[in-house]
Amino acid sequence: MSSQPTNVACGKPTNVVIAGLGGQGVIKASDILADVAFSAGLDVKKSELHGMSQRGGSVSSDVRFGERVFSPMVPEGEADFLVVIAPDQVPVNTWMMGQGGVLIDASLIDESSLPNKKSINVALLGMLSRHLPFPIEAWNDAIGRNLPEKLQEVNLRAFSIGRANGQGVEREG
Amino acid sequence: MAAYDCGVRLGTGYPGTPSTEILETFEALGGRAQWSPNEKVALEVAIGVAFAGARAIVTMKHVGLNVAADPLFTVASTRLDGALVVVSADDPGMASSQNEQDNRRYALAAGVAMLEPSDSQEAYEFTVRAIEISERWQVPVLLRMTTRVCHSKSVVRRGTVAIPPPRAAHFEHDLPSRVMIPAYARPAHPRLRKKLAEMAAWNDEAGPNQLIPGSTKLGIITSGAAFLHVREVAPEASVLKIGMTYPLPAERMRAFAASVERCIVIEEGDPYLVEGARAACIAVEDKPEIYRFGELTSARVRRILDKDASPEPKRVAGKMPAFCPGCPHRSVYTALKNLDCIVSGDIGCYSLGALPPFEAMDTMVCMGASIGIGLGLRLSLPPEAAKRVVSVIGDSTFVHSGITGLVEMIYNPPESGHVVVILDNGTTAMTGLQEHPGTGRTLAHAKTGKVVFEELARTLGIQNVYVIDPTAEPEKFQQTIQDCLDRPELSVVISRHNCLLANRWIREYERCNEQPTD
Repeated sequence: MSSQPTNVACGKPTNVVIAGLGGQGVIKASDILADVAFSAGLDVKKSELHGMSQRGGSVSSDVRFGERVFSPMVPEGEADFLVVIAPDQVPVNTWMMGQGGVLIDASLIDESSLPNKKSINVALLGMLSRHLPFPIEAWNDAIGRNLPEKLQEVNLRAFSIGRANGQGVEREG
Repeated sequence: MAAYDCGVRLGTGYPGTPSTEILETFEALGGRAQWSPNEKVALEVAIGVAFAGARAIVTMKHVGLNVAADPLFTVASTRLDGALVVVSADDPGMASSQNEQDNRRYALAAGVAMLEPSDSQEAYEFTVRAIEISERWQVPVLLRMTTRVCHSKSVVRRGTVAIPPPRAAHFEHDLPSRVMIPAYARPAHPRLRKKLAEMAAWNDEAGPNQLIPGSTKLGIITSGAAFLHVREVAPEASVLKIGMTYPLPAERMRAFAASVERCIVIEEGDPYLVEGARAACIAVEDKPEIYRFGELTSARVRRILDKDASPEPKRVAGKMPAFCPGCPHRSVYTALKNLDCIVSGDIGCYSLGALPPFEAMDTMVCMGASIGIGLGLRLSLPPEAAKRVVSVIGDSTFVHSGITGLVEMIYNPPESGHVVVILDNGTTAMTGLQEHPGTGRTLAHAKTGKVVFEELARTLGIQNVYVIDPTAEPEKFQQTIQDCLDRPELSVVISRHNCLLANRWIREYERCNEQPTD
């Protein structure tokens, strides 16, 4: 009775988990993603744990969007997309990913191809963007709104390098 | 945002995850907000604002309310002229706290009305409702948040609730309502109970509670973030979401429970709603004890509803935090470890000294406890061990509740003396680089009065006071600690080096504050 699949009546939300270590831009990437989804007129919820993350600990942020979203947390094993900025954080987070979920992690991008290694978070969003129905202008606008002016150029380039790079790896079913 | 839209006169608080961002946002919007040395002082300042007919909001993390509990319990019986909203941010799952206390118990114990928002939109609307309730009954209102309400972002629409205009600040003499001597406090208690009975009746009739009709087979009573998980996993169920969880809308709960075959309470943390329902002789099912620990999630709510007793999937542990490379605390713990000290620790970044590779902090209980516990160890251990005890406390924590510890040390000094190390990194680092009275800058980083630790320690009568940069002179730092330990005297060693994360900002603030203003 209560274990029916979620949100059948109101369209299933898209679940994205962005993970990494403190200082890598996990929260910034999730801010940009939430902004893009919000601009598309969707209901968006975002939630994160970052108590001690500034000291280099694990940090992860859940972003959910759709017609109607209830819980701000991605249910365990139901992430459609898992974006991991620190390669060693992949094993820590794969349990969040569902069957058929897509893993997009930093090992898929050649860091030296980026204008600045620090924009790897935005480059991974570029890869994620291939899967999502948002126009590229919306992504560029959101990057513009969420980053200070002097970092925008570097991050817009990182985004397009990521977008051209590939789509990530689908989890075997 | 709601606080700003409501014309809140002053926001006060002490930083603590997950409550810190509220005052920072209020200030960024143009409100007047300030950090207090600790939560008790923050609440007292806010009470003053509410006695002056204006609106006040005070924010703290859940354990902060322990510090502020003394004024909270008594202000409940007084008569406010303005509004007083106390925001308590609980941390189920302890993402960054020392315990998992459920602060809904405080509302019950103190007789303070309580609202529990479940998302960002409700955080906005319930702040407005809290102000209305506070002004209508002239009492404080507790706004109880949790990590997943605080550290989540969802769409907020302004203007969804009417906001009563604030009144101008003024003062009316009303001694019997505000001077809580026994003669005035005795009639104040039944007056409070009468107000609470009125509020309970109002809550039944018109409180911010939500009934979602659904199947008569399954009814769920819930509150806060748990409501969202419930809606996600059981869209077919009837749901009574309680927005005002003290005093409880008992008659609504009774009618709801009677309308469904299975009535279960899904709540995060303690069985607070369950006990409230059962005390009112309403039969409800509760969650198994295991779900009292940690946060609820959609998956856990599904397991509760399905009575699924199979073991929960184990999470892979994430990476533990560690001191930043070059952090001044590293040299301090290196020295304390070299000297084989017994370290009575405290709360802040330097709590990481308990983790590998140092494992050099032996105790941590609550804010400011390092000094008192260190003194207790000195007073009871055999002399050889007693003389190795050191109390370690951060700059913001020292201002919060370490100063009284220092007074205790002067008043009741152990025979072996004692050594207190104040780790002054020029900021409240752990919670995200907030200012405090020792930095000499306000919440908005403007120049203000400054508490100088070495002067304070000398004024109190501490015999040996040193200020050393442990990064620049690690050997001198260790030698100084060694010398202090060898003397049966009272010593305060201030380890002063700016937090590396904060240093750039601190220099920027100092530069701005030096420029002449127009």
